[in-house]
Amino acid sequence: MWKKRVAVVLMVCLAAVCLMVKARTAGAADKPFVFGLLLVGPYNDHGWSQAHYDAGQYIEKKLPGTKMIYIDKVNPADRQGVTIPQLVDDLAEKGARLIIANSDDMKDGVLEAAKLHPEIHFLHITGDDVLTKKATKNISNLMAKMEYGKMMAGFTAAMTTKTGKIGYLGPLINEETRRLAAACFLGARYAWENVLKRDPKELSFQVTWIGFWFNIPGVTADPTQVCQNFYNTGHDVIISGLDTTEAVVVAKQKKQEGKAVWAIPYVYVGACEGASDVCLGVPYYNWGPGFLEFIKASKAGAWKSKWVWLDPDWKNINDPDTSSVGFWPGPALSKEAKAALDGFIKDLGDKKVNLFKGPLSYQDGSVFLKAGEVATDSQIWYMKQLLKGMIGQSSAK
Amino acid sequence: MIWAGPSPGRPDDQASESKSMIQRHWKAFGLSLAGVLGFTTAILVLAGAPPLEAYYHLLKGSLGSLNKTGAVLTAWIPLTLCAVGLLYTFRIGLWNIGVEGQMIMGAIFATAVLRWGVESRVPLLYLAAAFPAAALGGGLWAIGAGILKTKGEVHEIFAGLGLNFVAQGILLYLIFGPWKRPGVASMSGTEVFPTDLRLSFLPGLRFSPAGLILAVIALLLTAWMFRHSRFGLVLKAAGSNPIATLLFGERPNRYMLLAMLLAGGFAGIAGCVQVSGVYHRLIPSISSNYGYLALLVVMLSNYNVFVVPVVAFFFTCLNVGSIQLPMMLRIDSSLAGVIQGAWVLVALAAIAWHRRKVRPEKEH
Repeated sequence: MWKKRVAVVLMVCLAAVCLMVKARTAGAADKPFVFGLLLVGPYNDHGWSQAHYDAGQYIEKKLPGTKMIYIDKVNPADRQGVTIPQLVDDLAEKGARLIIANSDDMKDGVLEAAKLHPEIHFLHITGDDVLTKKATKNISNLMAKMEYGKMMAGFTAAMTTKTGKIGYLGPLINEETRRLAAACFLGARYAWENVLKRDPKELSFQVTWIGFWFNIPGVTADPTQVCQNFYNTGHDVIISGLDTTEAVVVAKQKKQEGKAVWAIPYVYVGACEGASDVCLGVPYYNWGPGFLEFIKASKAGAWKSKWVWLDPDWKNINDPDTSSVGFWPGPALSKEAKAALDGFIKDLGDKKVNLFKGPLSYQDGSVFLKAGEVATDSQIWYMKQLLKGMIGQSSAK
Repeated sequence: MIWAGPSPGRPDDQASESKSMIQRHWKAFGLSLAGVLGFTTAILVLAGAPPLEAYYHLLKGSLGSLNKTGAVLTAWIPLTLCAVGLLYTFRIGLWNIGVEGQMIMGAIFATAVLRWGVESRVPLLYLAAAFPAAALGGGLWAIGAGILKTKGEVHEIFAGLGLNFVAQGILLYLIFGPWKRPGVASMSGTEVFPTDLRLSFLPGLRFSPAGLILAVIALLLTAWMFRHSRFGLVLKAAGSNPIATLLFGERPNRYMLLAMLLAGGFAGIAGCVQVSGVYHRLIPSISSNYGYLALLVVMLSNYNVFVVPVVAFFFTCLNVGSIQLPMMLRIDSSLAGVIQGAWVLVALAAIAWHRRKVRPEKEH
């Protein structure tokens, strides 16, 4: 009897809940174009994932009739047992017609899900499956030429350092992270040699990798500790390559202890907030324009599988409507350094300066670019090692 | 008390009491459910979310479609396998906390075999071999804790925890070292296995029938062993009174090792399912914490082999469904974790309270 009564009560409750929610959701008139966002980190991480989340909101504003749904912390450490295809199934059920996956780590999951859902368009950020021809027709890849932002970061670091020692807080090692670290180094060396007129041998550029895009306790090296080590061993500027903000946080602590140190965060335009006395500026992604192009195409039925690597808008690299890469100067940047940086940005935009031009050697001494040779996109994308002059691991041992 | 742990003297599976047992379970279940719902509602209200809608999304997100149910089953398979293994060790009175490490070792052994199978002409053979290899890996790891317990008198909780850390260490070393992707040093995992080395799905369904069959066989086999085999009986006897068992000419230590071996074996197979059926590669969090979760499942099931799959299903529904909270209600996604933790605590507390109430009556 007892059992029956419980069962009846439960069933009634269930039915009531279903009815109430149904009533609430019914009546939505026009069907919006729904796009889904799979974010590797928290949507409010002041880093990589927030940059994508903000861009999604930008699209909702710019393109009336679109609606974003998102799921954050999509990584196996935070969401145990959940896979990309499962999440894509879910977004598909919610009506998503285009799905943006924002991590290199989702590469295999996106390929798998794209095969299961040929009716959905996939925009995989940072990926190269279209280049390598692994992608199905419903996958496109989007990336922005952050190499320029990183050159500006390196330039700024070299203009600021007093000890001549720059630390690079690297995530994991792959093609993308190698080329970004190398771009930083090239920017720093350019400032050191051509602006400050100093001997390149006096500039130390050390790269330390933690093993992932953000800290996973017990799995990756602890970025906070890596930063402390940098500052304790005479490095006074840290350039971060992580999705998260440890570098500025540690710099702030050290500054309060009376040390003259600086940091350059990464990825998110607002990353300097709250760190005004140590933040030299931030190279950041602005995904709005890139997303807009793909979502417009998908909406209009003009989707094409493409690999896109967007330039900054050299007219104004900080224009939110046109430039996919920017560099936001930080409050701790000195006037002289800022003036030099502006000149550098102008030279890059005018193509007067091209830092990916030979002679450049890899770390082991082998040739990357012969004298006078200008790197193609593909040569830069697939750099095999760090450059000669950089200290740190080029690949896994 | 609830934390009295495995107390195999309870007449859980005696047929004569089965009717009252079902009634008792229903009461405990109803009580836990009421407590859990009350507590969750309170948390949701505090977080500013409409509770009814939240429940609707949890339900719809776990059982609302074929794909969702497939996702639930995909998680249910390894969780149930782990839990089934734990039934053996709980029965003989052992706390096999090392189940997590045993699962990892199973995943590592499975990956080793599957790596050999890449580009082989008989991938199915390697896929089939990965399962016994995984059982061996998990079993050996469990035997390690068992020997420390029986020969070294190291409590199995400490041995198990220690071995968990060692297993995790080996796992990270392999992913970042010998088994890394070419040119890449990342904690994101090893190279993905080709399709023919994965547990296949039926078209249109999102779970592996082979995995499901494995889990069901494991459940039935265990139920049969406990009810009808001498092994099951001795396990229980040794759990209640090791000295008496000794007097009857059985060596409890040997049975402890055997129970550990079985628990480790099942956990290892669960690890293999994770590698070949879920992630299709080895990743740092390959265990998905199912080992620890399985401990809770078994305790909540009152160490009963027939209740285990139900509770495991309940847990996986919550796990899969909770993704909807951040997605649909914009509740910070970590709240899902808070709710999950609270569910376990409240349910355990409710069971404990209920048991206290029932016990005195029984003792008259």
